[in-house]
Amino acid sequence: MSNEAATATTGGPAADEAVPAPEPIPHGLGSSLPPADARAKTEGTFPYAADLWAEGLLWAAVLRSPHPHARIRSIDTTHARAMPGVRAVVTHEDVPGTPVHGRGRADRPVFASDVVRHHGEPIAAVAADHPDTARMAAAAVIVEYDVLDPVTDPEQAFEAEPLHPDGNLIRHIPLRHGDPEAVGEVIVEGLYRIGRQDPAPIGAEAGLAVPRPDGGVELYTASTDPHGDRDALAACYALEPERVKVVVTGVPGATADREDRAFQLPLGLLALKTGCPVKLTATREESFLGHTHRHPTLLRYRHHADAEGRLVKVEAQILLDAGAYADTSSDALAAAVAFACGPYVVPNAFIEGWAVRTNNPPSGHVRGEGAMQVCAAYEAQMDKLAKKLGIDPAELRLRNVMATGDVLPTGQTVTCPAPVAELLQAVRDFPLPPLPKDTPEEEWLLPGGPEGAGEPGAVRRGVGYGVGMVHMLGAEGADEVSTATVKVNNGVATVLCAAVETGQGFSTLARQIVQETLGVEEVHVAPVDTDQPPAGAGCRGRHTWVSGGAVERAAKMVRTQLLQPLAHKFGMSTELLQIADGKITSYDGVLSTTVAEAMDGKELWATAQCRPHPTEPLDGAGQGDAFVGMAFCAIRAVVDVDIELGSVRVVELAVAQDVGRVLNPAQLAARIEAGVTQGVGIALTENLRTPRGLIRHPDLTGYALPTALDAPDIRIVKLVEERDVVAPFGAKAVSAVPVVASPAAIASAVRAATGRPVNRLPIRPQAAVVNEQR
Amino acid sequence: MTTHAPQAAQAVTLPTTLDEAVAALTAMPTSVPVAGGTDLMTAVNSGQLRPAALVGLNRISEIRGWQYQDGHALLGAGLTHARMGRPDFAALIPALAAAARAAGPPHIRNAGTLGGNIATAAPTGDSLPVLAALEATLIIAGPGGARREIPVSHLLAGVEMLRAGELIGYVRVPLLHAPQVFLKATGRTGPGRAVASVALVLDPARRGVRCAVGAIAPMPLRPLDAEHWVAQLIDWDNNRAIVPEALHAFGEYVAAACIPDPVPAEDGSVAPLPPAVLHLRRTVAALARRALGRALS
Repeated sequence: MSNEAATATTGGPAADEAVPAPEPIPHGLGSSLPPADARAKTEGTFPYAADLWAEGLLWAAVLRSPHPHARIRSIDTTHARAMPGVRAVVTHEDVPGTPVHGRGRADRPVFASDVVRHHGEPIAAVAADHPDTARMAAAAVIVEYDVLDPVTDPEQAFEAEPLHPDGNLIRHIPLRHGDPEAVGEVIVEGLYRIGRQDPAPIGAEAGLAVPRPDGGVELYTASTDPHGDRDALAACYALEPERVKVVVTGVPGATADREDRAFQLPLGLLALKTGCPVKLTATREESFLGHTHRHPTLLRYRHHADAEGRLVKVEAQILLDAGAYADTSSDALAAAVAFACGPYVVPNAFIEGWAVRTNNPPSGHVRGEGAMQVCAAYEAQMDKLAKKLGIDPAELRLRNVMATGDVLPTGQTVTCPAPVAELLQAVRDFPLPPLPKDTPEEEWLLPGGPEGAGEPGAVRRGVGYGVGMVHMLGAEGADEVSTATVKVNNGVATVLCAAVETGQGFSTLARQIVQETLGVEEVHVAPVDTDQPPAGAGCRGRHTWVSGGAVERAAKMVRTQLLQPLAHKFGMSTELLQIADGKITSYDGVLSTTVAEAMDGKELWATAQCRPHPTEPLDGAGQGDAFVGMAFCAIRAVVDVDIELGSVRVVELAVAQDVGRVLNPAQLAARIEAGVTQGVGIALTENLRTPRGLIRHPDLTGYALPTALDAPDIRIVKLVEERDVVAPFGAKAVSAVPVVASPAAIASAVRAATGRPVNRLPIRPQAAVVNEQR
Repeated sequence: MTTHAPQAAQAVTLPTTLDEAVAALTAMPTSVPVAGGTDLMTAVNSGQLRPAALVGLNRISEIRGWQYQDGHALLGAGLTHARMGRPDFAALIPALAAAARAAGPPHIRNAGTLGGNIATAAPTGDSLPVLAALEATLIIAGPGGARREIPVSHLLAGVEMLRAGELIGYVRVPLLHAPQVFLKATGRTGPGRAVASVALVLDPARRGVRCAVGAIAPMPLRPLDAEHWVAQLIDWDNNRAIVPEALHAFGEYVAAACIPDPVPAEDGSVAPLPPAVLHLRRTVAALARRALGRALS
């Protein structure tokens, strides 16, 4: 890190000019320590899985189903095997162990054997000496299908023939809270639809499998859940987990469970079969076909309120389209049902939630899953209520927001800080951006873009609000645990922890924690593999909390080891000694020595675990203390809408967020900006269309991610630092909750600009058109 | 070795004149010409196209610029979108420059060429409605130094096709010295494929308005009746004035011409257009009205 900062400030043509004194290198908690790999990633020298190479490697290709639902009559691999250069072809017959896998529930075949249940389901895989040969051989596998009618409407899944031996209903939660007879003076209803967002990681899936001399296999891939993946691989290969090793390479973007196992399983299988290293790099199309998406959701709501706008009762039906396999749909449904009323006090709530199986592509974890879909719906309901009662939308929300001590519809009391009112007031009171007419004409960026068709006379501005909440860590009794080791030798500290750096900034945070605790400047974070103890999947803010907590404990244990002899010598307890700037000083400043001297050439090691307090599953009425902690966010959106074309430009998003404690300001701002921009995608453009179960346009032209021009001005108005006493450092996860609140805020602003109901995300242009003739 | 297909083409020729390029194509009939490669190479990389040989057109300097010819501009087919988007070109043919600037992100505009846009003939090709409105003609280079000229609309409609060994050499565009507008509706603020686009040029010498609608059909559509009708309503001698109602009616006229009402059933009932098609029609109407308004303002 130190040489990185040095090269950044010296050298280059600017060195001749009068250089201001170099800024001190940030370190410790609360500083904006830059990531250690920032430079390599910026310059394009950082090695990702797609860059890996092994001598004599073979290339893999996967044959995928072109049908969303079909019975397989026969699979003939003879032609593929006979092609020169082909070394192995594997199908369901070659899976030695458990034939199924799955993140939440093992219901997904490694290779389809009798039935294909979604477009893109793997059927066979080929290893060959050239990628083109592998692809051609995969295409030469002859599969005879009896094409069946796909079930693509989740509402029809209840009545349809079972698509899977496990049935079509993956989970049903009938939440009952309060008095079912309660009636409000005002009632608003709405039906809402949320589209299918794809995580669309910038780097598509890739991996290299290398067979081991002991008959095992090593997999180099950008896994975000290495131990979970290892266990699934080992089970399918009928190997002991110790003989399968997952080595995590650089992760090129992860807002979901990355590296679908449907890629990893064939890869390792082919390496075991051929005895050669095998590499697979997915094309963009395969990437869209392979990994899981955000749950498309259908929501029906009825809000009851009194004349002052206070909520009396919320009734809702929530239907998640899980796609062909369960994956983590059960978790998504729990979040959707528990947060169906949002961060508002609701005395009576009756929520029915279902996750059902269809022949659509499988849905899974994408950050803010469940919570994002319901946020768009309950915030739309709040807008409707405000309109009906003639109350300002922000004021109506403020009359209902929850605070610490209030009870969720699941019966769980919110014990963590919940400064929702403060967040909402902060964004409401932030000055509005100038109108286009108040700025020079050449600076206008109208809906439709700089070369678009926008016309100032047809543009209307709207302001809207979105208030969201998510839970952190696994819910409903999931065992959350992480183990970390800290080693100090020669003034250099090393952190070993299987928490994957997915871009969330864990490795930077780990360095800051060790710097803070041990006063050591140079801290390295070791690469992750499954020989280390498990740390859990990199999602739901887990690593900031659980792995960060483990690193802190280990660092504190090293600190004690370091200070014990010294304390003994000085005749005081270790608590009375401080470490700062490479020096150990007693509390009164009288006694002092350098860290190097105290180390005395020793190498200090310590390993520690962090396990947050346990949770319980939701019961038959959706009741239970299911969540470890919650985070909140309020967003005010300002949009410009061309009311003739229906094109929308988000002008500004003002964000206020409950963060517990700011550990790295630069990284925190980057995470919020990234989350908010992902929310812009959900609100306006991102929807993977699957007419009749077939994925249309699986490319980045057809699937429109937000570009730099689509990203609005993001103003972080307020970060509320109310420490969460149960979380290490008091910090909360920050990445997911902006994704939850921003689509709702944008929809609310479009509603304000156009007066149209806007009950579907992404917002289609025809839903934002104001037709004067009507 | 990469994951893509570097050996897809066994031979690459890099001619420096148009006739050399034609000769190279004639010598190896299975070879494929490539200029910017923004469409072709994605097809090659995804394995959809396996050209036996490639003839690279980027070194043919004669087609990378433009020249003037009796009231027309002779545009080289190798002009990139980035070049066409610059102010000097915009002063010459404003609508084509606007289309070139809207054609995609900078790296695509730097590589993609005018000739490539015509040869690919994608419905969403942004330069195509402009060329249709300008009634541009193509100068096709053939074997033995042969040249023939065909209207761009003939090629796009498939009335006349490129024959084996032929290349689009130049595009002949009239210089009208009057306002021209290109407007495009897309799904996002950043670069994107057109949902609908309208190119509109004024021809003051002939007192005409020419308009073409892109992206809603396989080729650009010309609403000829609407053009003739609105040209009569413009007061050409008085600052090209027009009543606002006529602008509005022109938009509706163009939209109805391009997206007609469904044919009535035998019992005389008319099924309404689906909402998405109605929205597209409203979009075309708004674009055409705005385009004419801007051209006349």
